[in-house]
Amino acid sequence: MTTEPTTTARPIVVHGRWTGYRMLLLARLRELFREPEVIFWIFLFPILLALGLGVAFRNKPPEATRVVIAVQPGSEHIAELLRRGDAKSLKVELQPPAQAAQNFRLGKFDLELLPQGDAVEYVYDPARPESVLARSIADSALQTAAGSRPAVATTSRVNSEPGSRYIDFLIPGLLGMNLMGSGMWGIGFALVEMRQRKLLKRYVATPMRRGDFLLALASSRLILMIVELILVLGFGIFAFHMKVLGSWAAIALVTCLGALTFAALGLLTASRAQKIETASGIMNVVMMPMWIFSGIFFSYERFPAAVIPVIRLLPLTALNDALRAIILEGSSLASQAAPLAVLTVWGALCFFFAVRFFRWT
Amino acid sequence: MAFTMQEQVVVRCRDLRKTYEGKVEAVRGLDLTIYAGQCYGLLGPNGAGKTTTIEILEGLLAATSGTVEILGHTWRDHAPQLRESIGVSLQETRLAEKLTVRETLELFGGFYHHARPVADVIEELSLTEKADAWVGKLSGGQKQRLAIATALVGNPRILFLDEPTTGLDPQSRRQVWDIVRRFQSEGGTVLLTTHYMDEAERLCDYISIVDHGQVIAAGTPPELISGVGGQHCVEFALDPAPPNASDLWRTLPGVGSAQANDGITTLTVEEPHRTIPALLALVEQNHWRLSQLTTRQSSLEDVFVHLTGRHLREE
Ligand SMILES: Nc1ncnc2c1ncn2[C@@H]1O[C@H](COP(=O)(O)OP(=O)(O)OP(=O)(O)O)[C@@H](O)[C@H]1O
Ligand SMILES: [Mg+2]
Repeated sequence: MTTEPTTTARPIVVHGRWTGYRMLLLARLRELFREPEVIFWIFLFPILLALGLGVAFRNKPPEATRVVIAVQPGSEHIAELLRRGDAKSLKVELQPPAQAAQNFRLGKFDLELLPQGDAVEYVYDPARPESVLARSIADSALQTAAGSRPAVATTSRVNSEPGSRYIDFLIPGLLGMNLMGSGMWGIGFALVEMRQRKLLKRYVATPMRRGDFLLALASSRLILMIVELILVLGFGIFAFHMKVLGSWAAIALVTCLGALTFAALGLLTASRAQKIETASGIMNVVMMPMWIFSGIFFSYERFPAAVIPVIRLLPLTALNDALRAIILEGSSLASQAAPLAVLTVWGALCFFFAVRFFRWT
Repeated sequence: MAFTMQEQVVVRCRDLRKTYEGKVEAVRGLDLTIYAGQCYGLLGPNGAGKTTTIEILEGLLAATSGTVEILGHTWRDHAPQLRESIGVSLQETRLAEKLTVRETLELFGGFYHHARPVADVIEELSLTEKADAWVGKLSGGQKQRLAIATALVGNPRILFLDEPTTGLDPQSRRQVWDIVRRFQSEGGTVLLTTHYMDEAERLCDYISIVDHGQVIAAGTPPELISGVGGQHCVEFALDPAPPNASDLWRTLPGVGSAQANDGITTLTVEEPHRTIPALLALVEQNHWRLSQLTTRQSSLEDVFVHLTGRHLREE
């Protein structure tokens, strides 16, 4: 244009290259922290879950093994032998035969003893581990009290250090699960909602750089996930005396990589969806296999050996494996090259296709 | 015309066409020329193609065919520069509810290299009281003013407003008009769409009436109104109505056109004081009974009815 229209000079502020990005990031974080549900699902939920599961599966002091002896001639003698052989871990009761049989069946006792003259018949249930244990404890107590000597000299030592408990296994899994869940919901929902509100269209009507928009979205996830990492691991350390063996820098790096990978997956699932329902359906389908197979609550090694290599290719499996190796075993980043490569490939592919398919309007 | 000092073309489109999914012909061969400093109105009923047209001009939608030039440039070659020079308010955008008015404007301002200070825009759009309120808590009129504020904060040269006052109460509408006039008085160019004829008449310097994706009439409001054959309208109803009397009415002195609609006959006339006595004499002579008689200024509504036989807003 040659001539400017006669405009009354208005005051003007000049913005730099990154102002738009900064404002987008700030807006995103403000919106997140003003949403009570976000605070609950991202910060409170994993801690409540860890607390619940940690308490439910805590390592309890061994319970006394409960044994019932059917009242018959000789049962007093058996009871006496049992008490002498192992007074600590056995809780012995005498009951009339019918009642003893009934209570064993109901699980009130782990083992039923039927005296038969000088001999004893054990009634136990091989499907109940505590019943099998009760039989062997009772048997060794009886034999010891009756004077048999062990053929091999044995000693035992107790080992239940932090690192091998269920809670130690669980916390990195919860972290991984949350990186996936909140990454996908967080990005996917936010995008579809903005598209529905025609806000994406409104943004592209400005000089906003589209790359900045995606970058701000990803950065907001990273910030949130680092906060979450500190909260969840910190909770494990303070509430369950968990020991973090690996370096925090390595853990933070893996967390960031996981957050970005799942952000990319969220971006892909939401790249075209016009409705929240569509997006949430797609996301559930994508996440379901990982909830089941990726070893959040129990080890995926329990699945048939043939499918394990496939399970290892899922991004959440890779993330959980790397987190567990570094947190629980103190492994180095380099030793986790395989799962980290799996994560990176997933993230890069998803991002590539998401940007290609992405619909702003 | 107000803009003759500087006949600089700001927006030009030629033979614009848009066919959605190969079947819905939303725009069929539309030409527009908007000059610097003008407030240009696209007036048309629902589904006329106004939104489609304005979104093509805003570079948000690709035309099926035709050319668009904004400030002498095309979207294909100069999109980033053009984005810096225009401000847009879409027909339906719901801004983020949990940001405040100020935060929203800081966000939008941040996208522009040269932006206006947020505080100035807030004050200019009378949003000072609500500056720190969440967007979700604003009234309809305040939300609409904020939407326009997000377009103004980038210090645009052209403002595109798609139905800026639809659904607003009269007071809020007048506030929007004031904002538009102020922007225009400071040298800005405005393109707005509306289906309110009074809005187009009062606010716009130049109007294209759009129907079925085509411009059916264009001109300044007085030009358009004089085109219907009279500055005034005389409306009357007869009981019982004589059939096919239109030709008869046209023989009355000073009648430009005659239209019958729902039992009411509308005559456009230049001089009501000449036409009405003649009309009354004719009624008297034929022993008809006059059940209603009003006169008023002709409006764009009459132009639309005159051109299409339909009302702008079909109730
Ligand atoms: N995305 C789309 N896909 C298919 N058809 C569409 C699409 N958008 C609009 N149309 C159709 O194109 C025509 C013009 O629509 P447009 O939105 O441009 O009208 P409008 O003049 O803005 O109407 P209103 O006053 O209701 O906003 C309508 O018939 C509409 O149904
Ligand atoms: Mg429209």
